[in-house]
Amino acid sequence: MTRGSSKAWIALGVGLVWFYLILWPLMGITPEGLRFIPSLVVWLKVAAAAFVLVSLHQLRTAGALEFIGKPTTAAWTEIRKIYKKVPVRVWISVVFFLALVFPLTTGRYEKDVAINVMIYICLGLGLNIVIGLAGLLDLGYIAFYGVGAYTYALLSVHFQLSFWLCLPVAALFAAVSGCIIGYPTLRMRGDYLAIVTLGFGEIVRLILNNWMSLTNGPNGILGIQPPGLYWPGFSGGLTLEYIWLKKLNYLYYVILALAVFTIIAVHRLNYSRIGRAWEAIREDETAAELMGVNTFTLKLLAYAMGAVFGGLAGAFFAARMRFVSPESFTFLESAMVLSMVILGGMGSIPGVILGALALIALPEAFRGFELYRMLAFGGAMVLMMIFRPSGFWPAKRMGQRSEERG
Amino acid sequence: MDYFLQQLINGLTLGGIYALIALGYTMVYGIIQLINFAHGEFFAAGGYMGVILLSYLAASGAGPYVCLAGALALTMGYCAVLAMAVEKVAYKPLRHSSRLSVLISALGMSIFLQNGLMLTQGVYDKAYPTQMTQGSFQVAGLYISYMQVIIVVVTGVLLVALNALVFKTRIGKAMRASAQDKIMSGLVGIDSDRIISLTFAIGAGLAAAAGIMVGFYYGSVHYGMGFVPGIKAFAAAVLGGIGNVTGAMIGGALIGIIEVFAAGYLSSEYKDVFAFVILIAVLYFRPTGIMGENVDDTRV
Amino acid sequence: MTVEPVLELKNVSAGYGRIQVLRDISLKAFPGEIVCMIGANGAGKSTTLMTICNVVKADRGDILYRGNRINGIKFSKLPPMGLCQVPEGRRIFPRLTVRENLELGAFFRKDSARVQEDLDMVFDFFPILRERANQKGGTLSGGEQQMLAIGRALMSRPRVLLLDEPSLGLAPLLVGQIFNKITEINRQEGTTILLVEQNANVALKVSRRGYVLETGNVVMEDNVKNLLQNPDIRKAYLGE
Repeated sequence: MTRGSSKAWIALGVGLVWFYLILWPLMGITPEGLRFIPSLVVWLKVAAAAFVLVSLHQLRTAGALEFIGKPTTAAWTEIRKIYKKVPVRVWISVVFFLALVFPLTTGRYEKDVAINVMIYICLGLGLNIVIGLAGLLDLGYIAFYGVGAYTYALLSVHFQLSFWLCLPVAALFAAVSGCIIGYPTLRMRGDYLAIVTLGFGEIVRLILNNWMSLTNGPNGILGIQPPGLYWPGFSGGLTLEYIWLKKLNYLYYVILALAVFTIIAVHRLNYSRIGRAWEAIREDETAAELMGVNTFTLKLLAYAMGAVFGGLAGAFFAARMRFVSPESFTFLESAMVLSMVILGGMGSIPGVILGALALIALPEAFRGFELYRMLAFGGAMVLMMIFRPSGFWPAKRMGQRSEERG
Repeated sequence: MDYFLQQLINGLTLGGIYALIALGYTMVYGIIQLINFAHGEFFAAGGYMGVILLSYLAASGAGPYVCLAGALALTMGYCAVLAMAVEKVAYKPLRHSSRLSVLISALGMSIFLQNGLMLTQGVYDKAYPTQMTQGSFQVAGLYISYMQVIIVVVTGVLLVALNALVFKTRIGKAMRASAQDKIMSGLVGIDSDRIISLTFAIGAGLAAAAGIMVGFYYGSVHYGMGFVPGIKAFAAAVLGGIGNVTGAMIGGALIGIIEVFAAGYLSSEYKDVFAFVILIAVLYFRPTGIMGENVDDTRV
Repeated sequence: MTVEPVLELKNVSAGYGRIQVLRDISLKAFPGEIVCMIGANGAGKSTTLMTICNVVKADRGDILYRGNRINGIKFSKLPPMGLCQVPEGRRIFPRLTVRENLELGAFFRKDSARVQEDLDMVFDFFPILRERANQKGGTLSGGEQQMLAIGRALMSRPRVLLLDEPSLGLAPLLVGQIFNKITEINRQEGTTILLVEQNANVALKVSRRGYVLETGNVVMEDNVKNLLQNPDIRKAYLGE
């Protein structure tokens, strides 16, 4: 074994020792005495998994896995060739068509999951504007989701306003709260910005929880109306009926429309002058300022625009669940949306979509491991930052840096 | 007047807790410019480990003082080890990465630890044997509980010890130098990796002590207990001047007092909000805090 | 009998990420001598010292100290080995006192009695520091900070001292004083000194040999007498 490879095994060994040192006291010290078995069981599982991973890594670096690697990379290159040959338009149309017919061939459960995925796609893309495009680490993003949801909830319950009318209102309220939350952070360093937005997220949740007269506090708001639509009917001649889009299929199409709208909007923003300015701010704010980019307005705009999509998703959420409570808008939710954006790829639209799929649909496949979901998220975030900080489907850089051009 | 003094006592007690947690944030930020989001989880882990050890020691027939002192010492040691492991795994590999990456790693670590606590210890609150420290006494019409006295005394001792360590020992000098200029401290022969590990260990140990005392004070611990106090303690660190050890102590005391008074005189439902408001105000109007920053802002 | 260099760079290349700064440079420092490296701003002089200390990683080449390859060693291990750098800009610890700064120079030393003696020696050498012993380092003037930085390095009892632009930002009179002290250190203790300077005049005055660095390449190496008489050097660096 070469010196380099034994380093990996040593690291594994040391790591496992530390791991047991930390794990055992939590599981093994009981009033009845010291127990080693339960912690050993967990430790063995983890050690086995880690052992396998390190072995695979060693084999790979030693070249022993070529017999799998070569054909796989060959196949992958072939797939990429096909992917590149067909224009992107065709791919998008195919996906869109599949999305359209999806509800016709699947059951209630799958539709539920799909609706959830699309809500989070909207949220992820909205947060992506703030983090991925403008580079502002907003940890309280879920507040805008909550603002949108409660706006529609209150308007619907108190004034019976239609969903479609409330959508822009929810978006507006969300945008305004985006400006309010963003304003104090404009001159703060990145890390401070993170914790301040975190604090704001919590403040919004606290307000929702405690302002009984407005929001009914922890009891939430019941009886929210679903979206409605005038639809031609044929009872005794051509009339227009107002039907409620309560059925899952209808809700699916509503959120599909919202998701498509969000994707198109974010895509256009990305390639606009505003998107370019945001990228400049993200890369080097001082330089951007010196080149005439109005960082103040643009950062506020990033918050506001990101918030808009959160608000729209929130309004839909309220319409679909027909009930909102502050419990849906905790920091944990913010962290989930953040994971989606980070793991999928900051600043990348397909990445965020992939992230939403991974974080919502995948756990459904592993229903048995429900409890370990967040544990896995936390661990995944750490590992991704160490091994693949640009995410699963990284954003394409616009233009090359001069050093990269060589 | 009585109410005022009573609240002052409550505020100082809470302030001591916040100070202990804030020190961990401030020392870590001073040396590697990272807001250790996972720090709140050391506080929570301390709370859990405290009651775990207490139950074990009590069941093994040790006397009450041995139980308390032993649990405190061992818990602090445990959290110190935990913190060093976290640093090696989640932060050290990212030393040369962007600030965003390491912040996200910290966030991920926080989620991981919180859920780890939940999985090993359960979702429900874990009760503390408060009969050990129950009771209060009266002085001039004010009620002071024994636990409050313990908190103030233990906090005081720990703060004095930390002060002595940082300002009067050789290793403390090395810690202060590393917080001012990490590269230069390396060039005079200080191994900054070990200083960083030590900083994490000390910070977590203090947070662990706070966790145990909170467990006794409120009667139970919960796996999510680190989240809100963590943010407030960070606010305290910023208020006092990030990186500044004395500042964190003062900041903690202030945040505790302000929170108790605001809850008592203004609004108790929104008491959590005041610390956030102070954080935002300080960062907006005087980002260097009361006592001034103490951060390594040099480059290679 | 040939003398081995106490410090040697062999074909070292280094940079910051994708930016190449040092291209294939080689240099030697022999025991007991003062050797200087002069060059314009941005030529790579500071990077050279930082690369020797492994603060900046050398991509290629060997760095040899007393015959042993020290590439990749943690730079905090160098002072105990006798290699000490006074970096550009002094970099004294601003919120520590003068005394604490000096004590830190001897941080790794276990012989506390001798450390006290050395502290007194440094105070004798730079009397102004004794006056300001309990003042915070950041409150000292530029020249005083430079003395403090050098004093701090002396506290490690270095065999080889790397000085990065000690004249930077100092008035000519002070520069003269500092450089007299540098010469004294070399004479009294026999410390080898690698001196990196933008101010070629004063550097060549105290050194025995010199290297000229231009955009990361060593373009000339000679003893000082020849360098002083070289017309190109005179024009480019000595202001004639």
